[in-house]
Amino acid sequence: MTEKIIIAGFGGQGVMLLGKVLAEAAMREGRFVTWFPAYGAEVRGGTAHCMVIISDQEIGSPYIGQADTLIALNGPSLEKFKSRLEAKGLLILNSSLARAGLDKGLKAVEHPFTEIASGLGNIRVANMIALGAFLSLKNIVGLESVEKVISDIAPEDKKGLIAINQKALREGARLNG
Amino acid sequence: MEKVFGRPNSLRNVATHYCPGCGHGIAHRLICEVVDELNIRERVIAVAPVGCAVIAYDYWDFDCSEAAHGRALAVATAIKRVHPETVVFTYQGDGDLAAIGTNETIHAANRGENLSVVFINNAIYGMTGGQMAPTTLLGQKTATTPSGRQAGSAGFPLKISEMLASLAGVYSVERASLHAPQEIVRAKKAIKQAFINQMENKGFSLVEVLSPCPTYWGMSPKEALDWIKDALIKEFPLGKLK
Amino acid sequence: MSNKILISGNEAMAEGAIQAGCAFYAGYPITPQNEIPAYMASRMPEAGGVFIQAESELAAINMVFGASAAGVRAMTSSSGPGISLKQEGISYLAGAELPAVIVNVMRGGPGLGNIAPSQADYFQATRSGGHGDYHCLVLAPASVQEAYDLMPLAFELADKYRSPAIVLADGVLGQMMEPLVTSPRHKVTKSPEKPWALTGCKDRPANIVKSFYIREGDLERFNLLLQKKYKAIQDKEARYEGLNLEDAGVILVAYGTMARIAKSGMLKLRQKGKRAGLIRPITLWPFPQKVFQRLTVHGKQYTKRIIFLVVEMSYGQMVEDVKLAVDGRAKVEFLGRSGGGIPTENDVIKAVSRLIR
Repeated sequence: MTEKIIIAGFGGQGVMLLGKVLAEAAMREGRFVTWFPAYGAEVRGGTAHCMVIISDQEIGSPYIGQADTLIALNGPSLEKFKSRLEAKGLLILNSSLARAGLDKGLKAVEHPFTEIASGLGNIRVANMIALGAFLSLKNIVGLESVEKVISDIAPEDKKGLIAINQKALREGARLNG
Repeated sequence: MEKVFGRPNSLRNVATHYCPGCGHGIAHRLICEVVDELNIRERVIAVAPVGCAVIAYDYWDFDCSEAAHGRALAVATAIKRVHPETVVFTYQGDGDLAAIGTNETIHAANRGENLSVVFINNAIYGMTGGQMAPTTLLGQKTATTPSGRQAGSAGFPLKISEMLASLAGVYSVERASLHAPQEIVRAKKAIKQAFINQMENKGFSLVEVLSPCPTYWGMSPKEALDWIKDALIKEFPLGKLK
Repeated sequence: MSNKILISGNEAMAEGAIQAGCAFYAGYPITPQNEIPAYMASRMPEAGGVFIQAESELAAINMVFGASAAGVRAMTSSSGPGISLKQEGISYLAGAELPAVIVNVMRGGPGLGNIAPSQADYFQATRSGGHGDYHCLVLAPASVQEAYDLMPLAFELADKYRSPAIVLADGVLGQMMEPLVTSPRHKVTKSPEKPWALTGCKDRPANIVKSFYIREGDLERFNLLLQKKYKAIQDKEARYEGLNLEDAGVILVAYGTMARIAKSGMLKLRQKGKRAGLIRPITLWPFPQKVFQRLTVHGKQYTKRIIFLVVEMSYGQMVEDVKLAVDGRAKVEFLGRSGGGIPTENDVIKAVSRLIR
């Protein structure tokens, strides 16, 4: 099993964190993982993204040419990365900020993550809703592991946000139910 | 019979390579007298420059480091941070401290590194054969200003001590000279104070020392001393700047 | 939960240095290695060491010179343009026989280039990038774990041979996060006694740290001593990882990030029954020449039948060392991209398949 995931969105939507939480949870479940960010000036302006690979085997390049999954949290990142999805790849799209209009063959799952997050009381947890939605479709990491990571990696001044992030994750996991 | 004058303990008993009338020998000796008087030979560490004084460590009998040209204050910064209990000083010429090493000088000063700096200003590059220094006077002839330094093409004498005195990180700046016995006594006093400042954790102290270079000024030793008094001091007035 | 942590290569190198007893860091920010100074700024004071954000790369490497002269394990880090500036200090470190560790997280060049990962500083690292007749030890990690593990080794070798040691990483390795087990596999040796260090001359003659030999004959004698040291390093310190070498028809040669990609390509080729192997130099200087000699000289049945395919994120630098090691006894081919391009696993598989057919 090897799963290659590109996660992209505006800076501030928490795409780096989404990737880190996913990679950390997979590592704790004993998998090989890599997390590779767009870095430096590249992250300014347009889109921010990171690449996560989860595998049962040692990972060669952490750079993803063709992804199994694209999690796109806004329109520009969908435009930038849609050609990088494998033919039968999975697209998880934030329909609050983007419309698919995709080529045939792609499996697109669209939900208004931003609006749902807003409804939960914190627009910044849209990333965890998207992660929940992804994990409900590709069961590569247990939700419990992810919840544990969320609470473990929160810095002291962010401990108050653990509960809502965990709730968002669960909310996301129910969307495709 | 009482011995009233002798070689300082921390000055090695060797002849220097300096030209007749050069100020470096005097400045080296003043430092050694200060080191002896403060009884710090076993905890002083010198950083030598690139320039005529490059082998100062052959004359000083205490721990010394070389530094690449201009980098003495970067090297000294690290030595002092690693061994705060030592007394670290740099000895640098005008090219080393005020041209190629200006950046290291300004930033070590601005960080307020607890160091002592002896800055030898002779308004010329000696080791490489008498080229213009940043402190060369307007009109002064050098190998690279053959018809005299012109402000339009070569800029003005750089008053780095005045610049440094304006920095919040700097504790003390003083300009002294070696052109007369009483001035040499004052120069020694200033150097000693710069060392004491460091020992009292006061911070960055610099003593600029106007020093003769008869060879590349094209003068006799006596004429060189007079030129400091009559010309150099007018551009670089003596005294405490901070 | 294991004792694994998810950490970037840059942070792993910084923590590896702390574990190695590094007590001094000076650096200047440059992408893609900014996580190293940031990590050191918070971690070094906890570890009782000194962190300085220098005003320039020149100042940083000369601060490292001072700290090393003062007797402590010292390091700096940078990327291409900054490493170029540091060459002055690295030459002085070699000339004054001072140990130090310099991390280069390579980016694209020449000039300002870009911040994408690259392996184009191989020549600069292995061919004495500054002036004079000297070498630096050069270590090339290929994973976050190895980036951590090689730091103590870099400090140990630097101390043992009183020489600067370069850890040559790249933007991928610096930026990527991977699991890291933090107990070092390489046993950390303590900084040895340094009777030559500048500490104040209490109860001993004065020490002088210098690289200046002006008297006739002195510099040549000193250079001969350096050469003797370099010979000893070449004899004893070459390291590499070899995989599937004994029956291989095509042997991939790659280091760092490129070696990871070459390795996954090689394993896929093996699954298809193609006899591919991999040599991954871990030390780039000294270059692991002996394995190439063994494969092309002693096992005569391999001679002329092996093809070495060197893969680099450059337009051909390490390939020259492979050619020197092979010395005409086998074919040496090259695959490379530079300026941000990275040869992919598929590129590697295609190139090997062409050679094997």
